[in-house]
Amino acid sequence: MGGYILRRAAQAAVVLLVMSFIIYSLIGLMPGDPIDVMLSTMPNITPEQVARLRHVYGLDQPLMLRYWHWLGAAVRGDFGFSRLHAAPVLIVLGPALAQTCRLMLASFTLSVFLSVSLGVLAALRPGSWRDTLIGFFAFAGISVPVFWLALVLILVFAVWLHWLPASGISTVGAGGFGDLLRHLVLPVVTLALAITGQFIRFVRASMIETLRMDHIRTARAKGAGERRVVLVHAFRNALIPVVTVMALSFGGLFSGALITETMFAQPGVGKMIYDAILGNDYNLALTGLLFATLVTLLSNLVADLAYAWLDPRIALR
Amino acid sequence: MSATTAIATMPDAAIASWRLRWRRFRRHHAGMASLIVLVLLLVFVLAAWPLQAVLGLDPNATDLLSRYEPPSALHWLGTDDAGRDELLRLMLGGQISLLVGALATVAGGILGVMIGLVAGYFGGRADAFLMRFTDGVIALPLLPLLIVLGAVDLTKLGFSSEFAHSGAAAFWRVVIIIALFDWTSIARLVRAATLSVRERDYVRAARASGGGAGYVMRAHILPNIATPIIVAGTLTIGRVILFESVLSFLGFGIVPPTPSWGNMLNNAQELVTTAPALAIYPGLLIFLTVIAVNFLGDGLQHAFDPRSNV
Repeated sequence: MGGYILRRAAQAAVVLLVMSFIIYSLIGLMPGDPIDVMLSTMPNITPEQVARLRHVYGLDQPLMLRYWHWLGAAVRGDFGFSRLHAAPVLIVLGPALAQTCRLMLASFTLSVFLSVSLGVLAALRPGSWRDTLIGFFAFAGISVPVFWLALVLILVFAVWLHWLPASGISTVGAGGFGDLLRHLVLPVVTLALAITGQFIRFVRASMIETLRMDHIRTARAKGAGERRVVLVHAFRNALIPVVTVMALSFGGLFSGALITETMFAQPGVGKMIYDAILGNDYNLALTGLLFATLVTLLSNLVADLAYAWLDPRIALR
Repeated sequence: MSATTAIATMPDAAIASWRLRWRRFRRHHAGMASLIVLVLLLVFVLAAWPLQAVLGLDPNATDLLSRYEPPSALHWLGTDDAGRDELLRLMLGGQISLLVGALATVAGGILGVMIGLVAGYFGGRADAFLMRFTDGVIALPLLPLLIVLGAVDLTKLGFSSEFAHSGAAAFWRVVIIIALFDWTSIARLVRAATLSVRERDYVRAARASGGGAGYVMRAHILPNIATPIIVAGTLTIGRVILFESVLSFLGFGIVPPTPSWGNMLNNAQELVTTAPALAIYPGLLIFLTVIAVNFLGDGLQHAFDPRSNV
């Protein structure tokens, strides 16, 4: 087990390294370069000075060499300076990461609660009206464009009903915990609905399969009550594959967080990456993307480990 | 081989099994309803041309004096933020969105089928490498990467500035970057299906009588794993349309003046307060299309899977 974790962690590190090079090259292909951005504020500069600046910043060197220098600094924890925020990238990224974690965890919890209850309810009577209705809800969740869902929720709850704020994380001057919560409601609900659809389908499928198993028939035969059969014998077994799928969905959750944060003006990593790419903030975009990749890789690792831990039939080697 | 000759050369047994599948599909209500909805959507987006001719409208001509006009005899759904006909742009935008969905699915599908076939057929090192690679791609944070790829300056890749800023470049770029990432589910599925037919007698017989790898894969394996590919491909179309819409919405996909259902919502924050209906229409059409495609895939799965009871 220990060896397995070590090998998987090494694999993840290699993927991260390869990705860092790919992302570094892609960022280099974005319009303009750091000097162009600087020039826009210095109209009187001569071409010789531009060339000298390029040389000082090492932009005239080949890609591999520049990447090597960047990697050396990154390993020491120096990810450079953010142009848009005029501060070191890590200092900018910290609070944003916390914000995104809050959003993702709240949405994930809500979504798990919704999908497990609805999925089990659907699985208990396959083909019934209840099942059809829940199935339709699940399909709707998979098929709805997340940014449009956010728009509709803003339209209904902020513009028409005035129940909830449409954007930001707090009202200036109002303050207080209740205010913070009110600002979280729409983003969390949007992101949760975006992932609940596929979760419901997984829970339902897994539950139906488990209810067909021999040990369920045995439990019924020895006279266990329906509630006990469903909640104890079936539910716990049905959950095993579901846990894996849910942990694996963290990458998708991050994509959803980018949209949600952009729509509701939440200062998280997703919106930060988006703004950085729009605003030619190369260092911030690069580091943000790397963190996103890291989060996804870690969640995949957790998914594998959780699977082995929950299901003793799986032996990791 | 064209579609008609493919049907003409099909053995009778194959035609009979497709007939059976069609009968099973027709009994799947949601699948049938979706098929009808999709046909109607196709008619809707193609109606752009006759509508344009009859009413004499130009989809791209801006008229700042007639912004946000209510529906009228000339503009059936009113006008948008630049005074253009909303209905006409919805139809034309639909053509773009559906075309991107179809093209990117086909391109990604071909990529996925090739990778899955090679991994499943040859096994061993090739399989291990390709599947690790697939897992790696699945693990990526998709949307942020698509945005970076959408932001890449094509002139730095050696394209002319004229091409790089044209609508065609934006269109093909969206198709290509989505196809580059959305092949993984098909690759895994094709690999699994290939593994299951690889050791069947007819495949071994074909190999024993000297059939090359390319021939065996094309003639004996691909036709026998076609049905799961069709189902997975259908579900992929829905996902691709969603990706295109969000990329265009964020400004990294189809660029105005060419309309797409995604970029028609570009200034959605303004629309929400000034013209809520305009914020609803394009998204509703995306929603309708994707949900219909997904139910269609569900119906096909039931029809193709002999174990399911419809």
